[in-house]
Amino acid sequence: MKNFKQREIEAVREWKALHSGSTPVIYIGAATCGIAAGALDVSERVRAILEKHDIEAHLVHVGCIGPCYLEPLMDIAMPGAPRISYANMTPDLAERIIENQFLRGDPSLDFAIAQFSTNGHDGTARLPDFFDLPMLKSQVRLVLRNCGFIDPENIDHYLANDGYRGIQHAFELGPQAVIDVVRDAGVRGRGGAGFPTHKKWQFCRNAPGEVKYVICNCSEGDPGAFMNRSLIESDPHCVLEGLLIAGYAIGATEGKVYINADYRLAIARLESGIAQMKELGLLGENILGSDFSFDISVKEGAGAFVCGEETALIASVEGRRGMPRSRPPFPAVSGLHAKPTIINNVETLGTLPNILRYGADWYRQFGVKNNHGTKTFSLTGKVRRPGLIEVPLGIPLREIIYGIGGGPWKAFKAVQTGGPSGGCLSEEYLDIPVEYEAMAGAGSIMGSGGMIVLDEDTCIVDLALYFLRFTQAESCGKCAPCRVGTWHMVTLLENMTRGQSKPEDITRLQVLGETVKRASLCGLGQTAPNPTLTTLRHFRAEYLEHAREGYCSAAVCKELVTYHIDPQRCNGCQLCRDVCPTNAITGVRSEVHTIDLERCIKCRACYEVCRYHPQAGNAVVYESARRVMA
Amino acid sequence: MSEDIYQDVFSSFRGEEGELISILLRVQERIGYISEEAVMRISRFLRLSENQVYGVASFFSRFRFDAPGKTSIKVCMGTACHVHGGSLLADAVGWDLGITYGQATPDRRFDFQRANCLGCCTLAPVVEINEQIQSRVLVTKLKETMNRREEF
Ligand SMILES: Cc1cc2nc3c(=O)[nH]c(=O)nc-3n(C[C@H](O)[C@H](O)[C@H](O)COP(=O)(O)O)c2cc1C
Ligand code: FES
Repeated sequence: MKNFKQREIEAVREWKALHSGSTPVIYIGAATCGIAAGALDVSERVRAILEKHDIEAHLVHVGCIGPCYLEPLMDIAMPGAPRISYANMTPDLAERIIENQFLRGDPSLDFAIAQFSTNGHDGTARLPDFFDLPMLKSQVRLVLRNCGFIDPENIDHYLANDGYRGIQHAFELGPQAVIDVVRDAGVRGRGGAGFPTHKKWQFCRNAPGEVKYVICNCSEGDPGAFMNRSLIESDPHCVLEGLLIAGYAIGATEGKVYINADYRLAIARLESGIAQMKELGLLGENILGSDFSFDISVKEGAGAFVCGEETALIASVEGRRGMPRSRPPFPAVSGLHAKPTIINNVETLGTLPNILRYGADWYRQFGVKNNHGTKTFSLTGKVRRPGLIEVPLGIPLREIIYGIGGGPWKAFKAVQTGGPSGGCLSEEYLDIPVEYEAMAGAGSIMGSGGMIVLDEDTCIVDLALYFLRFTQAESCGKCAPCRVGTWHMVTLLENMTRGQSKPEDITRLQVLGETVKRASLCGLGQTAPNPTLTTLRHFRAEYLEHAREGYCSAAVCKELVTYHIDPQRCNGCQLCRDVCPTNAITGVRSEVHTIDLERCIKCRACYEVCRYHPQAGNAVVYESARRVMA
Repeated sequence: MSEDIYQDVFSSFRGEEGELISILLRVQERIGYISEEAVMRISRFLRLSENQVYGVASFFSRFRFDAPGKTSIKVCMGTACHVHGGSLLADAVGWDLGITYGQATPDRRFDFQRANCLGCCTLAPVVEINEQIQSRVLVTKLKETMNRREEF
């Protein structure tokens, strides 16, 4: 304990030295999004340049700060000046900016997007504050507060920012009082259902047994959601501390993080985090001198959506096929190895340290009645400013999509939340507040945090089919309604996207969907029809167009789309002819080309060259035509 | 030689049933797939039936039972990539290589898989070629990359 206190003090000193010392600091965002955009190449070049000119500076790899569309981000903090952010870096640009700054004292403000006045320096009037950027303005970053600021692999950075203060306070309170704080804060599970966290905990605490488990659910099976992954990559210790707190509250002996094996970087950061915790006595026997002994291990999953479901997750941790079982008994009474087990989402756990540090009242000031606190979303799809965001509950959906996301490029069509278990909301629902009940009332769900904006170029029927194909493939096959029902739904939808269905198929689809929803064994089957059912409710006209007229207004459904060349625009450049994989396009140079529809496979290559090549005439058109009813 | 790989992998495990998935993952990392021999060796190590080992392995989409091709092409089929036209990319790769996803070319030079989400949805649509993410991919851009295939 004494050593730990000492380490805390040193960590704070080190942190202060980093931020107000005489050495410049260069930050590079190196979470998955940054790396994909080329952050490591940028970093390598920066290192080389610093070495070449013999410049002394700290190079810190931080996590994801949110506006992923600006990645790779590089920030420079010169001594006595605010940290300045530069977006969309390439190695060459980074080299130029560094040389300008360090050799010529020019901060290249033309390339900068924002500054952080948080470190107490007066900035330049020319740059907005980072948190005043339109994307950040209405966000409230509680769970994500460290993301992009600390080095996720350095526990001292976490310690210097009140890290592991939550668990220390928990030790002072005692386990039951921790549950009471969580109850008073009104924490609801962020994994999707919004179940009050303290209730599960109380069940588990009251359940008899010496051995209990707590599992962090980072299965994140929603294809198109990355908020749990980003949080662990950017601030692993906040989740690990949350796991400690949960373990202490319910009297658990062991914690596990169940994480998708694809999340390599997140796994590496968890493992190094756990090793650092052990070193500091934050794991093991009598943690920090308390009577609480606890261990954490990482358990990799092998990519099955159903393993996000609690009982399937447990089966998978035990080394069996990830099949759910019927409940009760609930895992809180009989879970992993038939011992009482609590499963919480990554974000639920990540919220706990703050609550224990600053109290229930502090937490309740965010959000609205019965929906306290914040929620992270991965905002993607057809928006101008996609990224990782965190908003207070109760914020209007419109504010997220237009205020934070900057709205879609083209006409807005819908917003999808909750992934394969969720639904789509149309324009008229944009003013509802983002809270569990309101979202459910409108026919969608809050979900675990996937939020995908759709514009007029997205076909709703195709999207419903996309999700259903996913759940159908991921169905574990244990119960017939889900296994067979989703298959039939897929067939009906497939026929619709091919223009081969009858109008009564829409009713059949609806009835079938409701049956699957009611009769399935686990949450996967019970929610699989949601994307279809909610779109049938809000976008029925689009289904009717597909079924009756073979018409796809978004021109997405391949079989309903044809390609042709606009003779007015075609300048005979032959680029499309060259790119066509099936030689479907013919035409001599400088004369109008034509597409042989028999050969065309609708791969869109011709459209792209024609549209994006400077010499081409933007003449290739693809569209869907209404079929005249016989 | 192959003896060593299994010994090596097993040495960091205790031999409990709960470790099955982790062992399968480590084995696949080493030899690229779950071979018949792998199933047999793992079943002996954990004292489970081969059926049980194969049963678990075949449940999870991550495990494969044929040797992968040399150049790995993964097209993201997550929602964000889907709405940005990811399926067109998959079609393009399929046409080019003459295979569909989940397969390798007969000469084992190319391996074509789909991913559920590669975690960089904001850069959609993305394709991963040999662990390198290509972002905001167009069909034509992908074709160009594939035409430079001799470089892989
Ligand atoms: C098919 C299915 C998939 C799920 N996937 C996830 C997931 O990826 N992550 C998650 O935290 N919860 C997921 N859940 C919800 C979990 O079963 C569980 O309710 C949640 O982890 C509880 O944690 P919380 O109370 O902190 O929200 C899923 C549920 C179902 C039915
Ligand atoms: S959907 Fe493709 S990276 Fe997430």
